[in-house]
Amino acid sequence: MAQQPTILASEAAPSPSRPRARAVPVARAALTAVALPVLAVATALVAGGAIIALAGRDPLLAYEGLWEGCCASPRALSETLVWATPYVFTGLGVALAFHGGLFNIGAEGQLALGALVAAWLGYALPGLVGPLPAVVHLPLVLLAGTLAGAAWGAVPGWLKARTGAHEVINTIMLNYVALLAVSYLLNGPLRDPNPLNVIARTPEIALGARLPRLAPDLRLHAGLLLALVMTGVVWWGVYRTTLGFAIRAIGANPAAARAAGMPLGRLLVVTLALSGALAGLAGAVEVAGLNYRDELGFSLGYGFDAIAIALLARAQPLGVIPAALLLGALRNGAARMQFLAGVPVDLVVVLEGLILLFVAAEVLVRRLYRLPAAGPPLVFTRGWR
Amino acid sequence: MTPRRLWLMLVAVALIVAAAVALGREQMAAPAIVASMLRTTLQVATPLTLGALAGVYCERAGVVNIGIEGMMLLAAFGGFVAALAAHAALGDAAVGQSLAVGVLAAVLCGGLAGAFLALLCVTYRVDQIISGTVLNVLAIGLTGYLSRQLFFQTGMPHAPGVLPTLRLPGLADLPLVGAVFEQQPIALAALALVVLTHGVLFHTVWGLRTRAVGEHPRAADTAGIDVARVRWVNVIVGGLVAGLAGAYFTLESVPSFEPLMTNGRGFIALAAMIFGGWTPLGAWAASLMFGAAQALQINAQSFGLAVPSQLVGMLPYLLTMLALAGLAGRSRPPAADGQPYDPHEADT
Repeated sequence: MAQQPTILASEAAPSPSRPRARAVPVARAALTAVALPVLAVATALVAGGAIIALAGRDPLLAYEGLWEGCCASPRALSETLVWATPYVFTGLGVALAFHGGLFNIGAEGQLALGALVAAWLGYALPGLVGPLPAVVHLPLVLLAGTLAGAAWGAVPGWLKARTGAHEVINTIMLNYVALLAVSYLLNGPLRDPNPLNVIARTPEIALGARLPRLAPDLRLHAGLLLALVMTGVVWWGVYRTTLGFAIRAIGANPAAARAAGMPLGRLLVVTLALSGALAGLAGAVEVAGLNYRDELGFSLGYGFDAIAIALLARAQPLGVIPAALLLGALRNGAARMQFLAGVPVDLVVVLEGLILLFVAAEVLVRRLYRLPAAGPPLVFTRGWR
Repeated sequence: MTPRRLWLMLVAVALIVAAAVALGREQMAAPAIVASMLRTTLQVATPLTLGALAGVYCERAGVVNIGIEGMMLLAAFGGFVAALAAHAALGDAAVGQSLAVGVLAAVLCGGLAGAFLALLCVTYRVDQIISGTVLNVLAIGLTGYLSRQLFFQTGMPHAPGVLPTLRLPGLADLPLVGAVFEQQPIALAALALVVLTHGVLFHTVWGLRTRAVGEHPRAADTAGIDVARVRWVNVIVGGLVAGLAGAYFTLESVPSFEPLMTNGRGFIALAAMIFGGWTPLGAWAASLMFGAAQALQINAQSFGLAVPSQLVGMLPYLLTMLALAGLAGRSRPPAADGQPYDPHEADT
């Protein structure tokens, strides 16, 4: 792990085959932690501009459109925050898994199932048990979505603990299974029976299952506040609780953690379940706060976005917020960019990949800007083990 | 890879074919179903086989490659665009040549993606799984962006055609199963590459060096092998093979490109490589197994069964998970797989 402030990573358990980290002054390490992602993003934007120019479009106009679309008006800012809200949850989930040495590529499927379960309970529960007050219905919907995501996350954890099957492949396979299951249910049993409805989606959820909006005429909703609270909760959980310590221990050195008496298998399951829970909550919040229903295809791409955010944040829970805001701004500004400069919205995925590249290969950025090395390189994963 | 496991996988293929016969016996005669299943299996297993071989090259040299999906996608798009351009330049009389140019371009695209991965993983020693993810995201982004930028006004065009079906002389004339041996060139090349890779890996000096570098790079280094060079070459070769897999999607299977069209095949190929115990023959048998599951899904639709298509569509993915879980730690990756090698670093 790269988090040097923790006693564990720097002193007790250096990762195998790597020399002990050199002592780095705290202030300089903190500066690097901020400077590297900022420079990575700047470099990615320049490289993206070159790609736009190569295609014969105007990069400045494109970025002007991106800026107008994401930040130039209260409505644009509100939409950026709306985009960033699920990113905070899923980014936290992937970051949490990184602390346990686990790579969760399954946020997309976990989010899709969370949204599906939340939407189903949101519209069907009053019909099953009678009218519900909002204080009961809304928490129930959010909790059910969270649990659905947790269950979907626990499966690859359990498989890894029991059989050693790697979570990278299983989380990806479960994405496809979840999306096919959601597609089946939204086209079949859970489809909105309204004769005017022509697409695969559920009916609208009850009023009591909805998160309140934060401002009139804007789509900004209370999910954002929940996201901020969860960021604090995850930070506290990772750095201030016994479970968080155990998760970081299995991430830093599983053999040492097991030798110290930690239940490795159970911790693998719990870590991925918690990671999935956050993605499931993201799906439930999208349904309860924004769309008021589940619709086929809305979860597409959230898995890789979550990975980009967690990496940009260097797996730090507090870093997830600026990373989520950045990606939210890119996604939100993309439509305006396409309209103004004729650059397809897909460019933001290229930008995302470039940001990922310059964050992961920080040595490139260091060389480019002649930054001194500060601490060991980022290592999140360990091959197939 | 034990011979027993190889046999078990082929038995699994036979069981899946038997399931297809049981499901479709009212619509079609049994021999016709068997022939159709085997032929489809070989077809759809092609990108899996090639992807898994790409993985074998990389990982035997100690570089984890989860970017196979991205390599395939980039190559599928690159080959598609090159075939279109060649067709526009050469005209309708040269459809075959245009397609050949496309295949060549796809293979080169894969090789370039391999060089990119090698630069990150070998030269800069970036976390290998993250590097693969970077490659995957860039591939999704670039192919999506370029396909919309290039074909914004015209809409997505079609390639000049697909590669022709070849009849293997002798085998294709056999009664009942002859149709199995009517295959397109990339499917046949995949079979040849399985044998070739096996030979290179286990019967040449280069293969020995590759395996040494993947198991114990320091020992290999001490013996005078250039670890970085061996890894670079193998990752590029892996990329070339993955590029051929990419060509399958746009030049052999369908004559068109759509964003995200690889649809997780690269990851299933990776699972096939693991299930095949990091060996070419094992990877091929595992690819056939996953291919058979996909063939069952395709054939089941033509039987007009009442099962929803989404549920049948889960089959290959579920089988992949089941197969991986069934290994229960009996499959061992190369010892140095996933670990960057720094010749100047002290052993710990």
